[in-house]
Amino acid sequence: MEMVNITIDTRKLQVPAGITVLEAARIANIDIPTLCFLKDINEIGACRMCVVEVKGARSLQAACVYPVSEGLEIYTQSPAVREARKVTLELILSNHDKKCLTCVRSRNCELQKLAEELNIKDIRFEGEMGNFPVDDLSPSIVRDPNKCILCRRCVSMCKNVQSVAVIDTMERGFRTIVSSAFNKSLSEVPCVNCGQCITVCPVGALREKDDTDKVWKALDDPDMHVIVQTAPAVRVALGEEFGMPIGSRVTSNMVAALRRLGFNKVFDTDTAADLTIMEEGTELLNRIKNGGKLPLITSCSPGWIKFCEHNYPEFLDNLSTCKSPHEMFGAVLKSYYAEKNGIDPSKIFVVSIMPCTAKKFEAQRPEMSATGYPDVDVVLTTRELARMIREAGIDFKDLPERTFDDPMGEASGAGVIFGATGGVMEAALRTVAEILSGKSIDNVEYTQVRGVEGIKEATIELEGITLKAAVAHGLGNAKKLLDKIKAGEADYHFVEIMACPGGCVNGGGQPIQPSEVRSWIDLRQERAKAIYEEDKSLPIRKSHENPKVKALYDEFLGEPGSHKAHELLHTHYVKRENYPVE
Amino acid sequence: MSTNNCCCCGGVDEREQKLQEIIGKYKNTKGALIPVLHEAQDLYGYLPLEVQKKIAEGLEVPLAEVYGVVTFYTQFSLNPKGKYKIQVCMGTACYVKGAGAILDKLKEKLGLNVGECTDDGLFSLEACRCIGACGLAPVIMINDDVYGRLVPDDIEGIIEKYKKISE
Ligand code: SF4
Ligand code: SF4
Ligand code: FES
Repeated sequence: MEMVNITIDTRKLQVPAGITVLEAARIANIDIPTLCFLKDINEIGACRMCVVEVKGARSLQAACVYPVSEGLEIYTQSPAVREARKVTLELILSNHDKKCLTCVRSRNCELQKLAEELNIKDIRFEGEMGNFPVDDLSPSIVRDPNKCILCRRCVSMCKNVQSVAVIDTMERGFRTIVSSAFNKSLSEVPCVNCGQCITVCPVGALREKDDTDKVWKALDDPDMHVIVQTAPAVRVALGEEFGMPIGSRVTSNMVAALRRLGFNKVFDTDTAADLTIMEEGTELLNRIKNGGKLPLITSCSPGWIKFCEHNYPEFLDNLSTCKSPHEMFGAVLKSYYAEKNGIDPSKIFVVSIMPCTAKKFEAQRPEMSATGYPDVDVVLTTRELARMIREAGIDFKDLPERTFDDPMGEASGAGVIFGATGGVMEAALRTVAEILSGKSIDNVEYTQVRGVEGIKEATIELEGITLKAAVAHGLGNAKKLLDKIKAGEADYHFVEIMACPGGCVNGGGQPIQPSEVRSWIDLRQERAKAIYEEDKSLPIRKSHENPKVKALYDEFLGEPGSHKAHELLHTHYVKRENYPVE
Repeated sequence: MSTNNCCCCGGVDEREQKLQEIIGKYKNTKGALIPVLHEAQDLYGYLPLEVQKKIAEGLEVPLAEVYGVVTFYTQFSLNPKGKYKIQVCMGTACYVKGAGAILDKLKEKLGLNVGECTDDGLFSLEACRCIGACGLAPVIMINDDVYGRLVPDDIEGIIEKYKKISE
């Protein structure tokens, strides 16, 4: 690697050529404030918060985009730099809606933190407030332009990473706003509700639709049997909300906290993930054997489903008809569980704790009410659960050891790995391989489909079948993969697609880490590690060996793919028009 | 969007065909969006959703980006123009000499807000930057005709004159 000699604040160091001043400063452990910068996603040098003095340059330079070169001398803390940063920040604050006390991002806001770090005590400018309407019509995403600082991270995420591109900068000058075409609500445009824009917003301008009130109300209703289920990715991220290290596994604390909140039953969505594998594995085998539509594409990610419905309707028949695990679970709770325990399904209230904002949209799809009642009543994100735990005054780090309730609390490792990209594929392979061979297979790890590479391909020799598989995560990658299939350049049997980069562990409902963390630490990998650890720690690692799932089939559903299973656990999809003209 | 009769250039199908020709002409060139928007605006008089949507699809540019460009440049319009396009100069000189009152009178007389067009497609109303006729302030333009040194009471007569011509 070519190295160059540079000086930062009188410290001499050797750094790789071509990196930015910001990266070089990091190596020297010198902190330069940033605001619009988010590594690999938004490197546009727009906000000028990161300015530094470069010897010989006429004006201050933005460290996040300025490349180092031999002999470069940089000053990160000169009076001119300090004053410029303050002016920049005060200008941003001058027309910012400063209602920090009631802002969902208070104490996790990059703007607030900068104001504190730069010791802003007075704002010398008074800007005209925009007074923009807040868009809260979407079931998943709330957009408040009054808090927006125009960093454009969300625009880049939606356009460049997700290839959805429903938000952009509009107008100019003081009227500039991040919005959708014709100022439509996100509920009227082909937004897929992935929430990735929320996770990159440095401030409170983007947030999930908060549904905690509905859950408190159900919990306070003595007639209601309130059941909560938690997705695999929640337990490896929730701890971050309480200051624990990224990748902490907090399954026990989470279950204990949910009990304290007053839920009647605390179940594990992983159990339903095992059920999903039984249904989807059967579907895959049937399609392969009977010449059905291939590739079979997974359907657990409602953001991906909506993307497909808007942009690739020609693939709707490729989608697995399986509902996502938490929806399957809801349907089972309001039928099998209700019957078994003699509870009127109208008195069962199902809450799903998900790493996902798209699942809020999914839960209110009319198709998702197999029993005549909504399969799932409310979806809360990991962040909303953390808010409820705080509101209840629960000391999250100091809770007794607890495990999920019976009978829906036991899951296999296969159900757990659903939370990471490649996990559904791997879980399915574990089961399909054994069904085909008719014997127990010891090696359950299909590492070819793990990891954060955007598109992963694998050819797997199963008893008598060479299975070609592909995994894509992040919708930009999904688009590339679909275009390849469409062009006839690939013929897969089985494809897994997750809307969020890294899969559910990095979902739009997960704890938000600021740029200074997520620019340098791969959240996807750290959280996924915890998922695979949990998989390894479990006695059962194959879905079809889960005794609770076996019992469910024996006592109630019959066979995977049975008529009853279809009624409760499967669904269909609709073509959606983009920007309909009235 | 409802079809409106503000535009005076040909049938719908014919225009749509022309729009596709314009898109086709620029399709594979870099920076195609702005020239296509210009020609489309000349064709339709303004750039409603259905036109922007066709351009977005044709050029494979996200609609949000198209709309971003349309709202960034003042020469693009989201609203239809009337047969008689009224522009009220809001430059400093006109403003000081009472352009505000002229504009209010026009709004009242036509029942329009700035950027709108009357239902019969006759008049549209806009506020514009200085048109360089400061000596005549306050000034309005109706298509290419300039009216200067106006007082609000002049408006009635001017509007009536155009209504007569178009009968
Ligand atoms: S939720 Fe996803 S699709 Fe919708 S605006 Fe945000 S990033 Fe784009
Ligand atoms: S909404 Fe948030 S991420 Fe998007 S531009 Fe505004 S401040 Fe940045
Ligand atoms: S310009 Fe560098 S962080 Fe915004």
